[in-house]
Amino acid sequence: MAEQERKQTAPQEPEQDATEVEPKAGEQGEEITERIDDLLEEIDSVLEENAEEFVKNYVQKGGE
Amino acid sequence: MALDKVLGTETEYGITVRNQAEYNPVLASSTLINSYRGGRARIQWSFDEESPGRDARGFGYEDSLPIELETGLVNVVLTNGARLYVDHAHPEYSTPECTDPLQAALYDKAGEAIMAQAVASARALMPDDERMFVHKNNSDGKGNSYGAHENYLVARSVPFGDIVRHFTAFLVTRQIFTGAGKVGSENGRPDVGFQLTQRADFFEEEVGLETTLKRPIINTRDEPHADSSKYRRLHVIIGDANLSEYQMFLKLGSALVILNALEDGALPEPVLLSDPVGATWKVSHDVGLGQTVALDDGRSATPLEVQWQYLEWATKYLNGSDADAVYGRLLDVWEAVLTDLEADPLRLSDRLDWAAKYQLLLGYRERDGLEWDDPKLRMLDLQYHDVDPEKGLYARLAGAGRMQRLFTDDEVLHAAASAPEGSRAYFRGECVARFGDALVAANWDSLVFDTGEESLKRVPMMEPLRGSKAMVGDLLDQSEDPAALIRGLGGKDG
Repeated sequence: MAEQERKQTAPQEPEQDATEVEPKAGEQGEEITERIDDLLEEIDSVLEENAEEFVKNYVQKGGE
Repeated sequence: MALDKVLGTETEYGITVRNQAEYNPVLASSTLINSYRGGRARIQWSFDEESPGRDARGFGYEDSLPIELETGLVNVVLTNGARLYVDHAHPEYSTPECTDPLQAALYDKAGEAIMAQAVASARALMPDDERMFVHKNNSDGKGNSYGAHENYLVARSVPFGDIVRHFTAFLVTRQIFTGAGKVGSENGRPDVGFQLTQRADFFEEEVGLETTLKRPIINTRDEPHADSSKYRRLHVIIGDANLSEYQMFLKLGSALVILNALEDGALPEPVLLSDPVGATWKVSHDVGLGQTVALDDGRSATPLEVQWQYLEWATKYLNGSDADAVYGRLLDVWEAVLTDLEADPLRLSDRLDWAAKYQLLLGYRERDGLEWDDPKLRMLDLQYHDVDPEKGLYARLAGAGRMQRLFTDDEVLHAAASAPEGSRAYFRGECVARFGDALVAANWDSLVFDTGEESLKRVPMMEPLRGSKAMVGDLLDQSEDPAALIRGLGGKDG
C-alpha cells in the first residue's frame, strides 16, 4: 500500500526538481496559474449566491 | 505491542435551513436523521451503566432488568455499527469501533456519505423554497464551536499524568497537519486573515473535564465503554473535522502510535511547552509555520521540529515490530507531510484541508482583489465543508482529482452499510441488520433483545475486540432468530 502512495505523489516531483533552468521554471509557473484559474472557474459555478446573506445567517449553537 | 486496541471518532455537523421562518436546529437535526434511509434500527440508545462485576463474564448473556430508555431525542444504531443521533443542536455520527487508523478514517468518511444521503432525502420532503445544508465543520465563524472528537482506548495502567506530559505538545504541534483551515479568528483571539484550524481559538485550559466551555487541550472524560479496570478511553477534543482522507489517516494514526508508544514505555523524556494554551493559538495562527513555541527548559522549537521529534520516536517504536503494514504506510505519510510542510505548505493542497482551502482563498484574493473579511471568502471557507457532493468544495476538488484519496466511493458506501469485522461493532451491526426488529436497546457495550420471552435478554460486550466476525460470524449465520442467537451465546465460553 505504501508503494501506491509513492506512485500517487510521484508526478509532482519533477516540478520540484532544482536542476530545471529558469525559463522552464517560468513556464511551469504559468501552468500552475492556469491550473488554479481553471479551478476558480469551476468553483465560481457552484459557489452559493448571496454569500453575504448566507454567511451572516449561518449561526450555530455551541455543541459537544 | 499495545496497538491491538480500538479507536473511533464522533463528529457533530453544522446544520442550517435557509428561508425557514421558525427554524429550530434541534428539529432540523431530527428531521435529517429520521430522513436517513440506510440500514438502521428504530431502537433506543440506552445509557444505563454496566455494573463492574459484569465485565468478567465477557461475551455471554443475562436476563435484564427494566431498561431506562432515553426519550425525546433521535438516536439510532446503524448496520455498520455506528450511532447516528442528535446531540445538543447538531446531528452527530459516531463511528463504530475500528481496529486501525485507516479503517477509522474510512468509517469517518462513511459518516459524511450518510449525512449526504440524509440531507438529500430531507430536502425532498421540504417545501421548494426552503433548503437544508449540512457542513462537516467546527465553527460558525461567530464564536460558536462544535466538536470532532477522537477516541483512543489506552491501558488503564498508563498514569493519566504521563498522558498529559507526553501528549500535550504532540496535540498542540500536530495542528500543522490536522487543521481544516479557517478565515479569521474568534473568541477574542487576535485578528488574523487565515489560520490553520477551526478549533484552536476555543481552547482555554491545559487539562479539564469540560467540552462546551473553557475547553481543555487534554480532556479528562473517562467513560471507557469497556472494562474500566483495563482501559480508559482517551477523549481527544482538540481536533478539526477533516474532509481529506489522507489527513484523517495521518491525524488518527499518528496520535494512536504516540499513545501506544507511551503505553509501551517507548517515549523518552517528554517535550514540555511552557505555555500550552498560548502555543495552541500561536501555532494555529502561523500559516508560515516559522514561529517557535517556548519549551519548559528555556529552549524553543517550531511545531515542525517538535513533530519531527515525535516522528523519530514513532519510527523507532514501530521499526522491527510486528505492527501491521498500515503503520509502515502511516510513517511514509507522516514523513512526506512534514517534508512538504517544511518546503512549501501549498504542496499539500492535494492532501491537507487547510492547505487546499488556503490555495483556493489565495486564488480568489489574487484574481478578485478580495480582503480577508470579504463575505465571498467566508462563503468559500464554509462551503468547503458542505456534505452535498455537488456543492461541497472539498467534494468538487476530490471529484476533479485534485485531492489524493485513500478510498474509492464504493469502499465508503460499503462502510456506510457494513460494520468493521474486527471488533464488537461487527456483532452490533449484524444484529441490527439481521434482528433489528427484536432489538429494544443498544449502547457501545451491550445490546438488549426482546425474544418474546418473559424477560428481555441483555448481551454485554465489555471487551471491544470480542464480537468480531471471526468470533461470532458462524453463530450469526446459524441463528435463524434472536432466541437461537441468545441460546448460542449462552453456550459460548465467555
